[in-house]
Amino acid sequence: MFASILQRVGQAVFVMFCMTIVVFIGMNLIGNPIDLLISPNATPVERQRLIAEFGLDQAIWVQYWRFLVGLAHLDLGVSYIFNEPALRVILQRFPATMELALMATFLSVLIGVPLGLYAGLRPYSPVSRLIMTSSILGFSLPTFWVGMMFILLFSVQLGWLPSSGRGETVTVFGMQWSFLTLDGLSHLLLPALNLALFKASLILRLTRAGVAEVLPQDYVRLAHAKGLSARRVVYVHVLKNVMIPVVTVVGLEFGSVIAFSVVTETIFAWPGMGKLIIDSINNLDRPIIVAYLMIIVLLFVTINLVVDILYTVLDPRVQFSKTGKR
Amino acid sequence: MPVDLVDPFANEAEETARPMRDLIRSYFRSPIGTFGLVLMVLIVLAAVFAPFLSFQNPYDLLQLDILDGQLKPGETSAAYGYPYMLGTDDQGRDMFSAILYGLRISLGVGILSATTAALIGATLGLVAAYHGGRLESIIMRLVDFQLSFPTILVALMILAVMGKGIGNVILALVLVEWATFARTARGVGLVESRKDYIEASHVLGVPSWRILLRHLLPNCIPPLIVIATVQVARAISLEATLSFLGVGVPITEPSLGLLISNGYQYMFSGMYWMSVFPGLALLVTIVAINLVGDRLRDVLNPRKDT
Repeated sequence: MFASILQRVGQAVFVMFCMTIVVFIGMNLIGNPIDLLISPNATPVERQRLIAEFGLDQAIWVQYWRFLVGLAHLDLGVSYIFNEPALRVILQRFPATMELALMATFLSVLIGVPLGLYAGLRPYSPVSRLIMTSSILGFSLPTFWVGMMFILLFSVQLGWLPSSGRGETVTVFGMQWSFLTLDGLSHLLLPALNLALFKASLILRLTRAGVAEVLPQDYVRLAHAKGLSARRVVYVHVLKNVMIPVVTVVGLEFGSVIAFSVVTETIFAWPGMGKLIIDSINNLDRPIIVAYLMIIVLLFVTINLVVDILYTVLDPRVQFSKTGKR
Repeated sequence: MPVDLVDPFANEAEETARPMRDLIRSYFRSPIGTFGLVLMVLIVLAAVFAPFLSFQNPYDLLQLDILDGQLKPGETSAAYGYPYMLGTDDQGRDMFSAILYGLRISLGVGILSATTAALIGATLGLVAAYHGGRLESIIMRLVDFQLSFPTILVALMILAVMGKGIGNVILALVLVEWATFARTARGVGLVESRKDYIEASHVLGVPSWRILLRHLLPNCIPPLIVIATVQVARAISLEATLSFLGVGVPITEPSLGLLISNGYQYMFSGMYWMSVFPGLALLVTIVAINLVGDRLRDVLNPRKDT
């Protein structure tokens, strides 16, 4: 078991290394940042000075080596636009994204579990059919489209909720949070709901499938036979067992919520990492793009690694080195 | 599917399969599935015949009149005399024409990327299933790795690295989608390759490539068609998202997503039509394709008779 964990960690490191090469080479193929940064009116001397300052005149492998050394020192370069270390610029926006993703996950459970429970307990009622049909829409509608409709309906037409920004924030532990003020909460609601819909559909279907599977089992029938109230059977005996896969999926999908926050943040002008990366791609702000890609790859490689290791620890039958051999 | 008369085993497999006519008839038994198919065919026809259905070529600047800019739906053109059914954008472009031309790009990108991904994915999946061993483990490891990253992230990474453009969007979509096809193809291929007719072909000395292409592949087609249909819808949706974010197709070749994005800034001043109508077109397209995919799944999978 220890060997397979070690192998897994080795693979993760190898993936990270490959990503540094891919990202670095790719970034050097994009248009010349010099043209963007330096006004055409700059004198040739100024031009040369700036090129040397950004290290853009070195051979590509020298630049790559400097990049790797920088990575090791957590130095991912200085943003061309913000003129601050790229890593710091991204980490400053991290709490906003985190807050949005956590709120979205919370809402998706809040919406998905009760609806899934209802649809599972009354599979043939028209309401359940409506719920299931809506969940297909939740899967297939593009997130940005739904977000746009939210803004059109709740912000432009009804004027109930604001459509952009974080609103008033409170500083806790040196980070700013919106959910602690009423104004911030009203700004958070629409984007979080937008981001939650896809996951809510997923959780809804999982819960419903789980309920359908658990209901006919002996322990549920026993609980009924013991004379427990229907309420207690559902909320304690059924729900408890249904929640296990739901919790697993919520954990696994958290990374994906962060990834999809790119879309929601752009629509609602939420000042998080996702909006930053889109702006940076459009501005060709290479250090930010590189730093974002490295952070997000690290995040996902870590999530996958932890899941794999947990599976190995929890289920001894899983042996990674033997897959594929017959 | 042509019947291979030389090989008796292929013939036998053919007889046990349900005849095409039955499949078509059972497809149309569902009113929702029929509705989806009709809608999808209409959309595809509208995209193909866009130049004949629209009043103007929305990208020929000579045909635009800036005085007609930001007209509401139904207002009549000052310059040409015809009504703008769905209004105009800020440059006086007829939204109806722009949507038809945008559909061409959205559908084109979706179909092209899904078929390319299907070809690559199905080949790799079937080879993995048939060959087994180390090759299978490498391919499936790659598939797992690919699937562990959210689609939008993979696409964003590729476009961040390569820059925007239709070719790059298609490349990104293929990279996102191939793994789904590979996994399905391997799953079906594993089941099929254990059946007697494959074993028999081996014994007869049929070369591997021929077994793969003529025997394994045709029998794995139905589930792949279902996946492909759904993946076209997903590709269209992802392309629209990327273009909306401004990292997808270039401004000169606007898909539905880019049209929505262009009109988005005007939505706050009440000019909803510039992005709502392309949005509805996108929505109807995606829903229609999904309905067809759902119905195909039910028809091609006889075990699920509900």
